[in-house]
Amino acid sequence: MASRNNRGSFLERNLHIIFPMPAVAFVVVMMLFPVLYTFFLSFTNWNLTSGMPLSIVMLRSYQRILREPRFLAALGRTFSFTALSVSVETVLGTIIALILNREFRGKGFTKLIMLLPLVSTPVAIGIAWNLFYDPTIGLANFVLTRLGLPKLAWTGSSSTVIPSLALVDIWQWTPMIALILLSGLASLSSEPYESARVDGASEWQIFWKITLPMVTPTLLTALILRSIDALKTFDIIYAMTGGGPGYSSETLNIMAFKYSFEYFRMGQASVILVFLFLLVLIMSLLIVRMRKSLEL
Amino acid sequence: MKSRYMLVILVALALFSVGAQQKEIRVLLANHPYGDLLKAAIPEYEKATGVKVNVESLQESQLTTKLTTEFATRSSTVDVFMTRPLQEGKMFYKNGWYEPLTRYDFSDYPKNALDVATFGNKAYLVPLVTEWEVLYYRIDLFKKVGLAVPTNFTELEAAAKKLNTSDVAGFASRGKGAAAVTQLSSYVYNYGGAYLDKGKAAFDSKETVEAIRFYGRMLGNYGPAGVTNMSWENIMPLFQAGKVAMWTDASVFYGQIVDPAKSQVPAENVGIANFPAGPKGNTPFIVVSWGMAVAKQSKNKTLAMDFIKWATSQSLAKRGMLANITMARNSAWKDSEVRAKINPGLIATQEYAAKYGFPYDRPYMSAVGEARDLIGEVIIESINTAGASAKLEALAKEKAAAVNELLEDTGEYGVY
Repeated sequence: MASRNNRGSFLERNLHIIFPMPAVAFVVVMMLFPVLYTFFLSFTNWNLTSGMPLSIVMLRSYQRILREPRFLAALGRTFSFTALSVSVETVLGTIIALILNREFRGKGFTKLIMLLPLVSTPVAIGIAWNLFYDPTIGLANFVLTRLGLPKLAWTGSSSTVIPSLALVDIWQWTPMIALILLSGLASLSSEPYESARVDGASEWQIFWKITLPMVTPTLLTALILRSIDALKTFDIIYAMTGGGPGYSSETLNIMAFKYSFEYFRMGQASVILVFLFLLVLIMSLLIVRMRKSLEL
Repeated sequence: MKSRYMLVILVALALFSVGAQQKEIRVLLANHPYGDLLKAAIPEYEKATGVKVNVESLQESQLTTKLTTEFATRSSTVDVFMTRPLQEGKMFYKNGWYEPLTRYDFSDYPKNALDVATFGNKAYLVPLVTEWEVLYYRIDLFKKVGLAVPTNFTELEAAAKKLNTSDVAGFASRGKGAAAVTQLSSYVYNYGGAYLDKGKAAFDSKETVEAIRFYGRMLGNYGPAGVTNMSWENIMPLFQAGKVAMWTDASVFYGQIVDPAKSQVPAENVGIANFPAGPKGNTPFIVVSWGMAVAKQSKNKTLAMDFIKWATSQSLAKRGMLANITMARNSAWKDSEVRAKINPGLIATQEYAAKYGFPYDRPYMSAVGEARDLIGEVIIESINTAGASAKLEALAKEKAAAVNELLEDTGEYGVY
């Protein structure tokens, strides 16, 4: 009886440790271990095509990848894809949120429609957009020619592939920014607006001087989430172009995938992933810091 | 209530005891017509032998990825799997993932099909399906302009020029770098070139670069828009929509382009012909695209051997042929029932390719994935400039050096 009591109190005393254990175990096994293992692999030359066991080569894989022009191009492309899609998404998302913030008939329905791209399966989206973009039988060029505009190669040419992919990302993710902002707008107090109107401020002034500053923290949250996601976009690009034509839509994630599962250069693929990891980390830290300084 | 629990427990116990006794094997198949056929036939095998076969079907590149990760981490429970000898054979053999098939009877297989199944003096996989490059063309469009089917590259180019309109591409073939390497190979051979020669990269030779130029000129001038992002899965819908007059690709797609459920072009307007000859003759590729192997790590090798014998048997091969799958077994092509049913164009092109064809359609090496991307860069440059690029020779030289480096890294340089 006594021991049972003891055991019971042991459990009770340590509940705060025991209850989070499953979550901690999950994080360690599914997140921490893979990240650390990737770091470890990045210092090896593990390569399945050679038939050799793995050996530690320290920074040699890093040297090789950093000298690879293809890597630098992919790095730049990861940034340009992210910058292009996230900036357009932010502007469009803000405009949509401001429009939806007014009362009008069918508002609920409009919000529902906007959710649809968000819940679609990325690979299915990719296949559908590929049909849409097909230069010969696709709807996109059909519409262009009907409007009297020249046809485009869309994902078929290295000069238009990144904007074409960004357009898909914009189509899918602008609603998310709009919805986050909408909730931010809804929580703003009405007092500043009332006093501004009494003072005779124009709608334009109200937007720039009141709405935008007040909603900036929300906007930055949306930006962090989107940027991190866009930096590591994989599904849409893989499904639509596989990084092509040539390497012209290859981002870091796609390159790492090809290095690991097509070239079987596991060590060098890990180096690419380490860079992607650091990139996302730095970006997030910067934006979090920016947000903090704005809130103070 | 109580009796219900008892029942559940009894059923569970019964299942458990059956599970404990029953023999099981795990089989990985590809999403390929023959994989589908096997999947449908496996219940017959289970019934006849009492062995439970756990089947998984995967898309081809995912199959490679899955096998590679399972074998490399030595955690695999795979017993039998479908495998692509030219794509992964060397790498799988080198890593010791194939079990040698010393007790299998290979007498019904063509010699060039066994070439890629053999390492040293042992066979490691059973050839399943072969494919060869052919020319698909639109009979009605050729009739309209009064042209005969091209039999050489000069005629091919002239026909493409004549058939090319703003609505229909005169000619199509894969343009997506790495994916194009296999279909370009017959062009390369017919120009007298090669991807590898005596274990060294040879695609910077005069002949091969000339072939790449021709391919680029054809696709750049008469190919569909955006062709550098197109593999067969993009070209086939165009052909089915009637937007392509001629298409060179592997023979496997014949069934799908004459299928009225999939194609807007009536089957009687779709022709199939031998791949056209080049300046140095006509040796299109004929390759073993799929084979089947037993995993070295398998703990049920006897069961696995029994299964592979059944899965690659003569009777199943015949069933495959009747389903329009071009099987590797010689006997499958000689069967009278098969010959009565299968398209004569398919039989004729197979006979030609089996006699004169070349058994490789890509550089045969462990690091083939990367080598294909490197050659693909040269192909794309050629297509983008319609074969006129001034830097093509230099680019080919640079990429050949990179492929040689890969060969050195894997210990295959100069080995053949």
